[in-house]
Amino acid sequence: MGENSLYGPLDPAADAGYVDAPPRMGFFTDTSVCIGCKACEVACKEWNAVPDDGFDLLGHSYDNTGGLSANSWRHVAFIEQPAKAVPEVIDVFEAAGTTASPQFLGMPGKDLPGRTPDAPRTDFRWLMMSNVCKHCTHAGCLDVCPTGALFRTEFGTVVVQEDICNGCGYCIPACPYGVIDQRKDDGRAWKCTMCYDRIGDGLTPACAKACPTQSIQYGELDELRGRARHRVEKLHEQGVTEARLYGHDPADGVGGDGAFFLLLDEPEVYGLPPDPIVPTRELPKMWKRAGLAGLAMAAAVVVSFLGGKP
Amino acid sequence: MKERRMVPKADFRSYYGRPIVRPPVWRHDIAAYLFTGGLAAGSALLAAGGDATGRPALRRAGRTTALGALLASGYFLVNDLGRPERFHHMLRVAKPTSPMSVGTWILSAFGAAAGVAAVAEAAPLLPGLARRALPPLGTAGQYGAAALAPALATYTAVLLADTATPSWHAAYPELPFVFAGSALASGAGVGLIAAPVEQAGPARRMAVLGAAMELYGAHRVETGKGILSEPYAQGRPGRLLRAGRALTAAGVAGAVLGRRSRVVSALSGLSLLTASLATRFGIFEGGVASAKDPKYTVVPQRERLATQLAGPQSPAGSRGLTGLTGSTGPTGSTGSTGPLAS
Repeated sequence: MGENSLYGPLDPAADAGYVDAPPRMGFFTDTSVCIGCKACEVACKEWNAVPDDGFDLLGHSYDNTGGLSANSWRHVAFIEQPAKAVPEVIDVFEAAGTTASPQFLGMPGKDLPGRTPDAPRTDFRWLMMSNVCKHCTHAGCLDVCPTGALFRTEFGTVVVQEDICNGCGYCIPACPYGVIDQRKDDGRAWKCTMCYDRIGDGLTPACAKACPTQSIQYGELDELRGRARHRVEKLHEQGVTEARLYGHDPADGVGGDGAFFLLLDEPEVYGLPPDPIVPTRELPKMWKRAGLAGLAMAAAVVVSFLGGKP
Repeated sequence: MKERRMVPKADFRSYYGRPIVRPPVWRHDIAAYLFTGGLAAGSALLAAGGDATGRPALRRAGRTTALGALLASGYFLVNDLGRPERFHHMLRVAKPTSPMSVGTWILSAFGAAAGVAAVAEAAPLLPGLARRALPPLGTAGQYGAAALAPALATYTAVLLADTATPSWHAAYPELPFVFAGSALASGAGVGLIAAPVEQAGPARRMAVLGAAMELYGAHRVETGKGILSEPYAQGRPGRLLRAGRALTAAGVAGAVLGRRSRVVSALSGLSLLTASLATRFGIFEGGVASAKDPKYTVVPQRERLATQLAGPQSPAGSRGLTGLTGSTGPTGSTGSTGPLAS
């Protein structure tokens, strides 16, 4: 165990004992270009043979999956909000009209029926985000797994070995994001593997491969972090000041996520914790308190038997 | 400036009110194990103390209860697994970062020692060699089990606290004291039920000390964690913990005041055992409740972020403000003379 093995910035593959590990791989999910098509959810299910999770109508906008679970390793969240400020929208017809003099040709109106110039384009916005396992630098699930079923791969990702997991369930409350889950009829814990069977062969994970807008980008984590920084700068220049990165910082509570996000609102709006911290950070302090309590217990027994008469 | 809120209000945003962290999938087997594991630890300590000070009734009751509680623990733990037939995968690795792995090894070693100690109680019924060889082995096992008992009683507190379950994690400083005290009180309860009044003195003192530890810890957990104490006070967890406190008080009172009556002592012992059971279920269910409501994940984390922002940056912020007044020149000087004039 190194100095930062429980908390702080770290190269997880090297800390796990890999020599000459390949670069750490990750996902950058840019929610500003997500169109909510759910191709990632479907591709993940197809490639990983993840079972059906029921036909539920939740009434949560277009989200009928609900959240990440043992049977949903990608989840597209839909949030409907009143829009604060609509960024300047280019009216292509007006733009076209500036080059040549317009002439009425009896064509249908350029706008939708009922829409008047007083109520411009839209008064609410849709946030869509494809959520996934974060493959944390300090993964709570991996730390607490008592069987060694969860392990760190050479790519720095976290994967469950299904032939080892005995369904003890400890990883499930240990995840600060609520990602990993027990499959009810199976008993074992399941989550995203970042398509370990694909990336080892140099292929792109199924979700990123299927994403039609490059909202999900897969690659070397260092490069993705740079790309994400530029994207945020660009969005800020365009007036989208609410754009922010989530999980990109190696100094955060989990040592940075292997899968991080560009969000357009606070994390909790998307069902993400605002300041996640790996529970194991406090483990040395916890054992100290337990040791103290154990000593107090032993002392109480000694006093009970040696103090007093009968 | 002074009236500015440093901590956001307790309203919060979430994704359709869905939980953020996932509630544990553990069933009541695990809550029951918290009790039986503590009972095994408390009984093993009772047996060792009883043997060392020449109280055979405490020794016998402690050894047999420890084995019984251990067997029940084994059943609860294996039964709760998603794949019970793979229980032995726990023994593949010894992993210091996993309190469950550490606990598996503590429980295994304790089980071997306490098992030998209990079997040795049957030595007089056995023939020849076994009758002579078992008692010293049993004594060794008894003291081995007693040495491991504090670890067995307290590791479960670390196990619960080392999760993202908000009210368990927040309780990590005191939870080991709750569990250690609860284990002592339940061990004492066994002594009060099984031993004649003239041998039960140490059990009475154990009951008082255990109850004091448990009540101190539980009080801190139930009142000192801000919003994260709430789940321990409301609904079923709240009722269980209040029942536990009342039964502990009744048990201690009975143990101290009824020291001449076998019946009152036994009833006090029963009360202490029930109290321990109620407390364990209360703590277990309180944590589960805190994971089910996103409020307990979002609000404390938001407060933490707000304190971080306010902490190192508030002096910088005020410096920035004074700099601004200074740079405005004449306006700044009138601003500074203003308060002096008034």
